[in-house]
Amino acid sequence: MSQPKNFGFGEDETMLRDSAKKFFTDNCSPDKIHRLVAGDPDIHRSIESHWDQHLWKQITELGWTAACVPEAAGGIGMPVVAAVAIAEEAGKVAFPSPLLATFNATFLLRECNSDNATKALEDIATGMASTLAITNKKGSWEAQDTDVFFTNGKLNGTAYFVQDAGKAEQFVVSVKSEEGLGLYIVKATDEGISITQDGIIDLTRDQAHIEFSNVTGVLVADHGKGAQAIEKARPAILCILSADMCGAGEWLLQTTTEYACTRVQFDHPLGFFQAVKHPLVNVMIDIDRAKSLTYNAACAIDNEPEQAEKLARMAKSAASDMAVYSASRAVQFHGGIGFTWECFVHLFFKRQMHNHILFGDGKYQRSKLAALMMDDAA
Amino acid sequence: MSDAEEKDTTEQAEFRVYCREWLKENHPGTPPVLIPQGALELSDPDALAWLQNWQKSAYNADLVGCDYSVECGGGGKTNCQTIANQEMQRAKTPFMLNIIGLGMAAPTVYFHGQDEIKKDLLPKLLSGEDIWCQGFSEPGAGSDLANQQTFAEKKGNSWVINGHKVWTSLAHFANWMILLCRTDKSDKYNGLSYFVVPIQTAIGNGVTVRPLIKMTGETGFNEVIFEDLVVEDKYRLDEVGAGWKVAMTTLAHERGAGLLTTPSSGGMVTQQEKGANIGVATSLIDLAKNSYRNGSIASEDPVIRDAIMQLVIRQEGFRQNQRRIGVKALNDHPMRVPLQFKLVATEIGQDIAQLAYEIEGAGASLYVNDENAPAGGEWPLAYMNSFGITIAAGANEVQRNILGERVLNMPKSK
Repeated sequence: MSQPKNFGFGEDETMLRDSAKKFFTDNCSPDKIHRLVAGDPDIHRSIESHWDQHLWKQITELGWTAACVPEAAGGIGMPVVAAVAIAEEAGKVAFPSPLLATFNATFLLRECNSDNATKALEDIATGMASTLAITNKKGSWEAQDTDVFFTNGKLNGTAYFVQDAGKAEQFVVSVKSEEGLGLYIVKATDEGISITQDGIIDLTRDQAHIEFSNVTGVLVADHGKGAQAIEKARPAILCILSADMCGAGEWLLQTTTEYACTRVQFDHPLGFFQAVKHPLVNVMIDIDRAKSLTYNAACAIDNEPEQAEKLARMAKSAASDMAVYSASRAVQFHGGIGFTWECFVHLFFKRQMHNHILFGDGKYQRSKLAALMMDDAA
Repeated sequence: MSDAEEKDTTEQAEFRVYCREWLKENHPGTPPVLIPQGALELSDPDALAWLQNWQKSAYNADLVGCDYSVECGGGGKTNCQTIANQEMQRAKTPFMLNIIGLGMAAPTVYFHGQDEIKKDLLPKLLSGEDIWCQGFSEPGAGSDLANQQTFAEKKGNSWVINGHKVWTSLAHFANWMILLCRTDKSDKYNGLSYFVVPIQTAIGNGVTVRPLIKMTGETGFNEVIFEDLVVEDKYRLDEVGAGWKVAMTTLAHERGAGLLTTPSSGGMVTQQEKGANIGVATSLIDLAKNSYRNGSIASEDPVIRDAIMQLVIRQEGFRQNQRRIGVKALNDHPMRVPLQFKLVATEIGQDIAQLAYEIEGAGASLYVNDENAPAGGEWPLAYMNSFGITIAAGANEVQRNILGERVLNMPKSK
């Protein structure tokens, strides 16, 4: 199979992207987001999740959560690049919402091929915020690793690093039994679950660990089939995170460049000095590389699935490294003000640092990629 | 069908089939003489003759210059050079030796020359019969290109040129030179004019060409000295004083961001027997599997594995950037990615060669003159040669200024 020249980015995808851009411009100025999520700078502040549920409702009415849900499950059935395009725009405004988490749950449920999975996808299409609970305490990104177990016909154990758990209405949980890994849907209101919010650096999302004690759950992928579903969904998950980092990177670049054009020191705007100008050009180059690799990987998922894992690991590696670099240069070049709570840069800095680690940083992706590219043929 | 073929126009699709057929019949095969890594390293007359012959047959078959108008010796097609290039890459043909002519002189003459000059010069340029070189750099005008001191003085209907050009690749074989020089000492940028100059016929009669020896030990570039060289006014491109504007056309094409696609650099690995696939990051994988470094197989060293993957990713990113340029909806600023071409491509090439050097461990100390050198000593050679292109065509530091100023709108550093 091969890819279309335009990354599968046709008229519908462009329209969706442009409407997302407009929505965020109208509703999510950095000033507004800062007021929403950064009200309390206290390092020992109470752990709370701040988001605008009204905006989330509007998004679901616009059909964004339905975009990549298959038509058979009441969705629009768009390719992965559609979600990537939205995620990039969300990253540009550091949008606090369960949108990325819901996309990721969508991509995993799409690989489950069961009636229960279809039912869960139908709920997503009509706007049910969802998220993945598939990571163990050690922070392993391997599909097989989970600390939730199937015992006496019930789910028991704890899932860690669950993204936007405080906003989600349903969780896709990976559960181990003797027959292998299975996947379950658990509702936030189900009996026997206890959600404990983590105190995290990123102000634009929440994270929790979830304890399951004798939870029933709804089986969406049989034991023995869950790990494969996670592996098949992983390229899309990596693309969504990469796209968010590309968007946030672009905001950091543009904002820092603007500052470099106005702030005067030694009789010149900062951008006159090549010690500032050249690294900003390097940030731009890194963003463009990560963007193109992300579109390429997303397009591969629908058109060239045998290449998807390799290309997605490339994208996440490039995007993660870029995320760290764009964030560090933005703080550095804003000087003293960039180091303060009142400057908006820290919102994006923290989001980049969070995303770069999630599902593996650049070094991790490259070790996986090396195994794929250097050891298989041997 | 590859992704490139999917969106071919009818003309392109037909031309692609034609190219593929022609290349099947007419591939020049393995060269009988040693061909260097690139045209700019060419010093052997036998290699010159063989490459010249290849360019001529490709030109006669319409694979070179196909987007130029018929009256200028071209094929009169639209956006077909890309197709020919893709097919030549696929068929792994040799590079085109007249690279400065095809990549820089031809589009500049085409957009700025008088009709008579275009009809006169372009056919022989495209066929490779005339070799071209570029007279831009001077001892005092490198990155600061506008600081030209070579001076052309108007005498009647001719110009008398005096000055000194350096780093002039291919001048030892060239018939023609594109020349940027000063015609007015009172204005740095508006005091420049642009000429095409017949140099070979003037050797000993106003022109001296002397080879410069590179750090690699190779020749291939030269210094060219003008002493009262007389050039007819018809060889001036565009207006007197418009030289900087004309030079921008040349540079845009040199940096890969011009309007006309340069005919192929080919896909043939010139040093086949020795196995150094210069410029290809994935080739480092095999190199690492077959190299001992600090006493162990290099491909088992996690640091080396990570470094190789970084370059594989950068090179794939570069490829995907070139693909994204063609999708209007995915480019907020039309020149943002095209203007990165030269900077990014040359740094990837340099870093690949440097890593290859490290992968080879102690063996990398051996050079091309030692029969035990891994990959024939080609990687250390490629690493040294890579500085030629990170410096040339506007040093990469200048490229970063251009990107910072034209794309990110930061204030000019000078």
